[in-house]
Amino acid sequence: MKHSTRLMTGVAAFAAVALALTGCSPGGTTDEDVAAPTTDPGTAETTDLTPVTLQLQWFAQAQFGGYYAALDQGYYKDEGLDVTLQEGGADIVPQDALVSGDADYAISWVPKVLGSIQQGANITSVAQIFERSGTLQVSFKDKNLTSAADLKGHTVGSWGYGNEWEIFAGLQQAKVGIDDVTMVTQGFDMLGLLQGDIDAAQAMTYNEYAQVLETINPDTGKLYQPEDLNVIDWNKEGSGMLQDSIWADADKLASDPAYQETTVKFLKASIKGWIYVMNDPQASADIVTAAGSTLGTSHQLWMANEVNKLIWPSTNGIGITDDAAWARTVDIALKTANDTGATILTEAPPATAHTNEYVQKALDELIAEGVDVKGTGYTPIDVVLNEGGN
Amino acid sequence: MTQGQTPTTQLMAVLPGDDPTTASRARPSSGGTGNLRRVILGALGVVGIAVFWELYKFLGPEKGWAIGTTIILPRTNDMSMPHVWTMFERLFQPLTGAANSKMMWEAVVDASAFSLYVAAVGWIIGVSVGFLLAVLMQRFRTAQSAVLPWVILSQTVPLIAIAPLVRRWGSQIEFGSFVWENWMSVALIASYLAFFPVSIGALQGLNSPETAHVELFRSYGVGWWKTLIRLRIPASIPYLIPALKLAAANAVIGTIVAEVSIGLKGGIGRTVIEFAGAAGGDPGKPWAPIFGAIAIGLIAAGIVSVFALFLRRFMRQETNS
Repeated sequence: MKHSTRLMTGVAAFAAVALALTGCSPGGTTDEDVAAPTTDPGTAETTDLTPVTLQLQWFAQAQFGGYYAALDQGYYKDEGLDVTLQEGGADIVPQDALVSGDADYAISWVPKVLGSIQQGANITSVAQIFERSGTLQVSFKDKNLTSAADLKGHTVGSWGYGNEWEIFAGLQQAKVGIDDVTMVTQGFDMLGLLQGDIDAAQAMTYNEYAQVLETINPDTGKLYQPEDLNVIDWNKEGSGMLQDSIWADADKLASDPAYQETTVKFLKASIKGWIYVMNDPQASADIVTAAGSTLGTSHQLWMANEVNKLIWPSTNGIGITDDAAWARTVDIALKTANDTGATILTEAPPATAHTNEYVQKALDELIAEGVDVKGTGYTPIDVVLNEGGN
Repeated sequence: MTQGQTPTTQLMAVLPGDDPTTASRARPSSGGTGNLRRVILGALGVVGIAVFWELYKFLGPEKGWAIGTTIILPRTNDMSMPHVWTMFERLFQPLTGAANSKMMWEAVVDASAFSLYVAAVGWIIGVSVGFLLAVLMQRFRTAQSAVLPWVILSQTVPLIAIAPLVRRWGSQIEFGSFVWENWMSVALIASYLAFFPVSIGALQGLNSPETAHVELFRSYGVGWWKTLIRLRIPASIPYLIPALKLAAANAVIGTIVAEVSIGLKGGIGRTVIEFAGAAGGDPGKPWAPIFGAIAIGLIAAGIVSVFALFLRRFMRQETNS
């Protein structure tokens, strides 16, 4: 009897611990997803807010600065929206989160989504936020790699997972076969380039390129300078593809007037957020850092500034998908084969894959309010990167 | 119960922690000095790794050593292998350089505590489910035939495939004031890895009593329930303890991997990924969360060892020979 009582006490204690642990959440979860600060319950406006979830492509960083600024500045609330920015992760595919109803909108690159659409995902690009591609191939000056044609016979880095198509398209246009280069999968850092394993490494202007410029050059004892590097800009090579775009559920857009209305409001507030970033990159970088990004402060500011360059000045008004750019992206998706011979698309995407209808409405409202949606007067700032981005 | 010692010691050898035989030997006579010796040896081990690291960095080839293009020995430059003191110095510098930035060590401690908490929840769920499954399988032979293959198959499903699914299903759960949060998905994934060793270990343990003992109980007309409490569970403890330690290790790994996978903010797994990009410009930064991950593993193993000491009181030793 003695033993079984003891055992039962043990089981009971164990159960108590279990209850205690499951009952309370670990500290820090409250800021897990950044939601708009709620005002006093009971006021009329909070009860009317429409909940909206935006699935980001990655963690909080200045790449998504416009959405964080819109949240922080209350632009979403002004439109009657209670927006939650859902951060991404290594295995989170934004368009899948959208299709499964886990999010109302998602940020993703067009070439990454086109494949999903062909496989049956019924989603629509409602705003093309980034007009230009931010992808570069970065190499050291002594390699003398300034165009896609120069890559022949060299080791070329890419992250893969749909990030490689601009490279393949650029090579194909320059008549360089995929077998003529050695493709290497890159990690999250730029050590492959810095240590000489990769001749031309893939880099986003706003992130990995800065990582190189935050590193001490052992030859000079100072940070690497842009003069030490050559970059191949896929926009200039003619194989740039459309990147950060806002995607919406096409079925709901077709059938649900409330969702259509929410889409216009969401785009309008998001665009106001991006205009805020254009006007004050420092403040927007601080907003993202306050939202939990752990990037160094000079790196964050660099990212805000470089992202601005991808958006501003905007040819047709921010968010409008340029027909020629869309056609080029689709054309590359149809005609570029990767190392296994596969293409992103085997047939042209349906007409529902993109629309300017909602973003045009949002822009019209903003223009009526006297807002400059093209950023005609935009000039980038000069950002001094510090060692390690700090 | 002698046959109980074999699997225990075998599994113990795989895990960090105390061996039951040495522990019971040390306890009655010289517990204090024995513990002190172990602590010193443990500390020496840590120092030894640091010395080995620096020694290799000093003597090893700068550009590493490769066969063809496959690097066999790592490079020794400051980016690939920063000095041990660079890593420690970094811990005592601010995280980002923003005015109100936390110190690196604070950020690592916070993230580690978060992950440890999630792992603990995962461990408790996993151990409970694993043990209940074992009891079920012990009781009903049909259940064993039906469930055991699935238990084993469950571990062959890659974590990266189930993690986004769990998050998605979780986000659809909402009843009353209860809202499923992302950390719960991570805890669930941790429990998915943790239940396996417990269900297998406990099943083996519950079946371990000798036939003679089981038949003795039966001849006295003792029911299944009492036999479970008095005979089978005490007999299962030597099998259960290593299983609990394995479950703790699995829960920690599951938590860290699932954090990376679904991008859960606040834990050590995501911190590892977030800091990885700084390897070139700030070589000490990516190592800071790795120290945190090691600390979580050690603390989890320590907690389970204490729990195991408590459990061992219910173990019945037939003889003291």
